[in-house]
Amino acid sequence: MFAYLLRRLALTVPTFVALMFITFVAIRLVPGDPVEVRTGERGISPERLAQFRHELGLDQPVWKQFLDYATGLVHGDFGTSVVTNEKVLTEFLQLFPATLELAFFAMIFAILLGIPAGVVAALKRGSVYDQALMGLSLTGFSMPIFWWGLLLIMFVSERLGWTPVSGRIDLIKFYFEPVTGFMIVDAFLSDQAGAVKSAFHHLVLPMVVLGTQPLATLARMTRSSMLEVLGEDYVRTAHAKGLSPFRVVGLHALRNALIPVVTIIGLQIGGLMAGAVLTETIFSWPGVGKWLIESIGRRDYPALQGGILLISSVVIFVNLTVDALYGFINPRIRHGQ
Amino acid sequence: MASDTTQQPPSPLRAFWVQFCENRGAVAGLIVLLFIIGLAVFADWVAPYSPIEQFRDFTKLPPFWVEGGNIHYLFGTDALGRDTLSRLIYGARISLFIGLTVMVVSIIAGILLGLLAASVGGLLDVAIMRIMDLILSVPGLVLAILIVAVLGPNLTNTIVAVTVVFLPRYVRLVRASALSELGKDYVIASKVAGAGPLRLMLVAVLPNCLAPLIVQAALGVSEAILEAAALGFLGLGAQPPIAEWGAMLADSREFIRSNPWIVTLPGLAILVTVISINLFGDGLRDALDPKLKRS
Repeated sequence: MFAYLLRRLALTVPTFVALMFITFVAIRLVPGDPVEVRTGERGISPERLAQFRHELGLDQPVWKQFLDYATGLVHGDFGTSVVTNEKVLTEFLQLFPATLELAFFAMIFAILLGIPAGVVAALKRGSVYDQALMGLSLTGFSMPIFWWGLLLIMFVSERLGWTPVSGRIDLIKFYFEPVTGFMIVDAFLSDQAGAVKSAFHHLVLPMVVLGTQPLATLARMTRSSMLEVLGEDYVRTAHAKGLSPFRVVGLHALRNALIPVVTIIGLQIGGLMAGAVLTETIFSWPGVGKWLIESIGRRDYPALQGGILLISSVVIFVNLTVDALYGFINPRIRHGQ
Repeated sequence: MASDTTQQPPSPLRAFWVQFCENRGAVAGLIVLLFIIGLAVFADWVAPYSPIEQFRDFTKLPPFWVEGGNIHYLFGTDALGRDTLSRLIYGARISLFIGLTVMVVSIIAGILLGLLAASVGGLLDVAIMRIMDLILSVPGLVLAILIVAVLGPNLTNTIVAVTVVFLPRYVRLVRASALSELGKDYVIASKVAGAGPLRLMLVAVLPNCLAPLIVQAALGVSEAILEAAALGFLGLGAQPPIAEWGAMLADSREFIRSNPWIVTLPGLAILVTVISINLFGDGLRDALDPKLKRS
């Protein structure tokens, strides 16, 4: 098991180096001079220009620039934003908890609704429930989530006035220092009356929007995995032993049906990060996805480069964790490798 | 006369069609899809106006059945007075064009790279598959954003970006099915009969890998359309005044309170198109590849 994990970890190193190289080259290919972005359109003296180029390391040969960049990365230096002059890593770490909170609750939402929906559909196979649930799942799977977000804002926020349109909490009423970075948890820790409610109201629509596609996928996967398991001999045996249907489904069938579903949950993480870009843009949720899009608009290429590298690293790391977990749940994988 | 009692087996195409028609959802999807394709192909005749013509006296009209609507502009007009119905129809052309181009290019590239990896093996195989793993390790939309940010936002680069994002799944699929076919007797027989490597891969192996590939391709079109619309929505896809559904949604965001119709219709168009392609794709899968059949 340990050797397997080590091998998987070793395999991610070349991926990471290649990723580093590609983002480095890609950003160099962007038309436009990063110095110009920093100094604006008005002309500056050649000496100042040369000084800027030197500060940014742009007067070095390209291989030296890459080497410097790689050395910096190893030391945790992901570059400096040319717009805010902040370290990219610092900015990322400030914003990442917001994305993490959103993704975490979206996944919880998807799991809590998707798995029961899949189980019900499998148990009532071919019934109206099954067809309705699978129809909904297909719709969710086909949904352009940016439109879904706009629709929900239109009805829930604008027409019904139930939830705010943007942000993470009512900043006029509540202020507290971040402790965990999860607004809901921080609001709870702050002991201010109504803070948790405000945070939840801000979270609920983005959570639903980001959770919709994983929800649809999970429902579908749980259904087909459950159908497969329900036909197995041990389920028939459990029935024959006279166990209650609840025990058979809940204990014998579901536990085995969930093994492939866990992988699916892991595979959704990359999609969640991509979906977060759209969701955060729609709801002005101050996370890394919105930051990434804004850094394109501001031509802040170091931020874009570092941001993409960091987001990809997160996804690679999560996939690795899921692999490890999967080996833990399903011993066949562990020994098969 | 005796031969009348033994039934001819149905031709493969007919068998496929009978299977396909058993799935009512798939047939419905196909009908809607054909309708949308018809609109896209005959947009010049079907659309009442040009998608970029601005009727400045009739801006932000609701659809005709809502109070304040105008029968001349069936689905209303946008903020610049452009006819929404015409823009939606031309938008179908753009979206289907993107979806199909991405599919065709990534299938061809996927077949070439996949067969190459499977037949040559060794270092080339490792190199190709590691690159594909690399692409897969970056979240799809994030990678597409990087590519478009580098190349510049326009329709062509949208297609390039989405193709790169979707390429790995085709390569992996072709490689995996080619590898499993390569060990089979008929391939060995073909090799013994003196078939060269090119003939072996293209004539013997490839046709037997096609079924899962076709299924993946059908479902890939809908995902490509969604991805391209997302890029358009972020302002990184087709640029104005092109009538692209995602970009139309982005333009309409500021009117979400005052003119909900402008927001509703383009998204609905995306949703209906994607659902119909997915229904059709599910039907294809069930009919072509019984092994993959869900439930």
